[in-house]
Amino acid sequence: MKTLSLTDLAIRYGFLLLMAGLIVIFSIAKPAFLSPQSAVFILQSVAITGILALGVTATLVVDGFDLSIGAVATSAMMLSAYVMVIWDMGAVAAVVMCLGMGALVGLVNGLLIVKMRVPDLLATLGMMFLLVGLQRIPTQGNSISTGMVLADGSAATGSFAPSFLMLGRHRIDFILPDLVPLSVVFLIVIAVLVWAFLELTRHGRVMYAIGSNAQAAALAGINVAGYRVLAYVISGVMASIGGILLAARLGRGDVASGNNLLLDSVAAALIGFAVLGAAKPNAFGTAIGALFVGILLQGLTMLNAPYYTQDFIKGAVLVVALVFTFALSGRVGRGRG
Amino acid sequence: MPRTAITIRGLTKAFGRNAVLRGVDLDLPAGQVTVLMGANGAGKSTLVKVLCGVHRADTGEVRLENAPFYPESPAAALRAGVVTVHQNINDGVVPGLDVTSNLLLDSLAEGGAVFLNARRMREEARRIADAVGLEIDVTRPVAGLALADRQLVAIARAMARNPKLLILDEPTSSLSLAEAQRLFALIDRLRDDGVAILYISHRMSDIRRLADRIVSMRDGQISGLFETAPLDYSGAVRAMLGHEITEVDITIPPPGPVVLEARGLKLKPESQPFDLRLHANEVVAVTGLVGSGKSALANVLFGLDRPVSGQITLDAQPHAPANPARAVAAGVFLAAKDRLVNAVIPGFDIQQNLTLPFTARHAGPLGLMRRASERAQAMRSIDDMGVVCQGPRDGILTLSGGNQQKVVVGRWLAEASRLLILDEPFQGVDIKARHDIGRRIRDSAASRATMVMCAELDEALEVADRILVMSEHTIVGDHRNENIDLPRLMAEVAGAADRTDLSA
Repeated sequence: MKTLSLTDLAIRYGFLLLMAGLIVIFSIAKPAFLSPQSAVFILQSVAITGILALGVTATLVVDGFDLSIGAVATSAMMLSAYVMVIWDMGAVAAVVMCLGMGALVGLVNGLLIVKMRVPDLLATLGMMFLLVGLQRIPTQGNSISTGMVLADGSAATGSFAPSFLMLGRHRIDFILPDLVPLSVVFLIVIAVLVWAFLELTRHGRVMYAIGSNAQAAALAGINVAGYRVLAYVISGVMASIGGILLAARLGRGDVASGNNLLLDSVAAALIGFAVLGAAKPNAFGTAIGALFVGILLQGLTMLNAPYYTQDFIKGAVLVVALVFTFALSGRVGRGRG
Repeated sequence: MPRTAITIRGLTKAFGRNAVLRGVDLDLPAGQVTVLMGANGAGKSTLVKVLCGVHRADTGEVRLENAPFYPESPAAALRAGVVTVHQNINDGVVPGLDVTSNLLLDSLAEGGAVFLNARRMREEARRIADAVGLEIDVTRPVAGLALADRQLVAIARAMARNPKLLILDEPTSSLSLAEAQRLFALIDRLRDDGVAILYISHRMSDIRRLADRIVSMRDGQISGLFETAPLDYSGAVRAMLGHEITEVDITIPPPGPVVLEARGLKLKPESQPFDLRLHANEVVAVTGLVGSGKSALANVLFGLDRPVSGQITLDAQPHAPANPARAVAAGVFLAAKDRLVNAVIPGFDIQQNLTLPFTARHAGPLGLMRRASERAQAMRSIDDMGVVCQGPRDGILTLSGGNQQKVVVGRWLAEASRLLILDEPFQGVDIKARHDIGRRIRDSAASRATMVMCAELDEALEVADRILVMSEHTIVGDHRNENIDLPRLMAEVAGAADRTDLSA
């Protein structure tokens, strides 16, 4: 029992080894890869997808799925722009309304699934289409930017609050001046919070029980419906945070951006299954999964791989990760406490 | 003497070390309805699965009309003329298709012409339906039919193959009385056509209506065969439940105050209302056949179902929990039956399974789990229940069935309750685990009322101070577990109608 077999070791540490190997290879090929600036760039590139992925992890834990996260994020981006540029309101109002919108969408998703018994994939897919359309209606399909011309011919009077833009653009002095973007700090704080919630609190424990055997959880007196809804609310709020950071980085409500958010964050969460042989959704794995994708893409970019190969490589990594999870570990969940 | 359709000799089947069939000898004559009775785990479903080609027997001989019969697959059994209609009706029909396609499904599945001729198919379907007296529009989708019609479609589909043996596994369990009558009429026709019918059921009314002979099964063997009229129904139930009851040494403690009281409780619209009183320091076993209402009673008390009518009080307060969480908060716990479906969290370790219902007890501020407190509770429960394991962090699925059961029962013993309900707590466990669990239930019973649902009579006798008998969703017997009148108790188990027979 004490000595782990080779397969066990492969399942447990295979993915982390793969990641270390990639870092070594990229560093040898391009020594600049190891610089602090490069590391920060990687973190910044994964900050938004990482936060979304942590949200989707919460729904995966209760054996659900949230396909609407990308649409929630872009909706939050458009909403924050609309609130500040067209309604001329401040940063706080924009952030509060975005978070409220994310929570509301999550609540509706949860109720559709729990009360109306719509299968999770279909409910959140429907919500995705609905939001993708809805976010374009107030501006007749146009992007929102400072001073834009409104439907009645006048120019918009509001603008993005500097404090709002700071969320996406400010950098903190850390070792080097202006090194760490605020969005990276958000990612790290949220990752730690989600990890602590899922692994250390009784609520996380109960959510894992629901994901493993919902009927047994219900018969243990657990409010299964309530926790399911909670998972979608968490997912919605995380996605709206991602959207706020996206708006703050771009400084406009861009209808064309955010197309990759859904696929990238789902990939990160699913890759997370393979990390440390967890074979189940987990916050630590999701964060590593997001980082893995970021390292891979940054390395390939530095090696001048064309941009259009990136989706293919992400897909290949995801497939390999799923093989790690399901084939090698034999579908047995390992309790990691 | 009628021709024998199927002959079974010395049939055995084991799953791992668990011998399920231990030498079954059985003849099924053509043109007769043979009713097969057996408690949970007696081996009847395994026997059926061997006959319909799902499982292969380990040893023994099966002959169908004197030819060796060892089907490799359900399709092979069907081709040979053994047709099975399963308990779950939707196993036998495809709800999304119309009646025609369902009736012709087997020939469709076997292939043939690439394109279908709709008119010819409808004619063929009507011919099949007529043959079994099924009057139905064959163009209707099966999803829109009543349960009984679906079942008749499944049987008609099966009959299109001129079967030699028809197996019906609890076919009336979801039918209304009128619907069942139509099924019985069809069975009468098939019997007259010379089909051998194996009918599995516990419903006494069905059995009285249909049976030409009754076979009882127990512990993987045929324990009784009754074929001389009038049929000895009570004898059949006795043979199914077992003759030898082990004398257990139970000292009945004086019962405490009434904990739970029910008045005029009606579980189903058509069932008789009954009263129920459970005292502290008392272990009450509720026995009865499958479907007699034991689980229905447990579900009402645990907030999973609402009774049709009646009042329930817990410690003199009204008790009508809206859901299990409320029931647990009120101090009513239920250890559900079928642990793998209803109790075990497969992704969790032993400790997490043990503390599942009461995580709040081990949580501090912000809901953070206190590891030490949780571990201490797990160690106590493992010790109390005698769970054989390496440590509390082992995966639950690494345990044997008996030890898994100890864990899912133990999780409800970790906290004090007012009423603890255990639904089939000895299901699928070995004799040692059964004794451990029973002893632990009794030892901890002083301050609460305890209700144990068990279909097996000797389990009830082993654990209870008092035994209640349920039949047709009402309580028909109440016995102190002391010099118990077993024949009378078994007669009560066999059904209300039988009591009049015995008293005559």
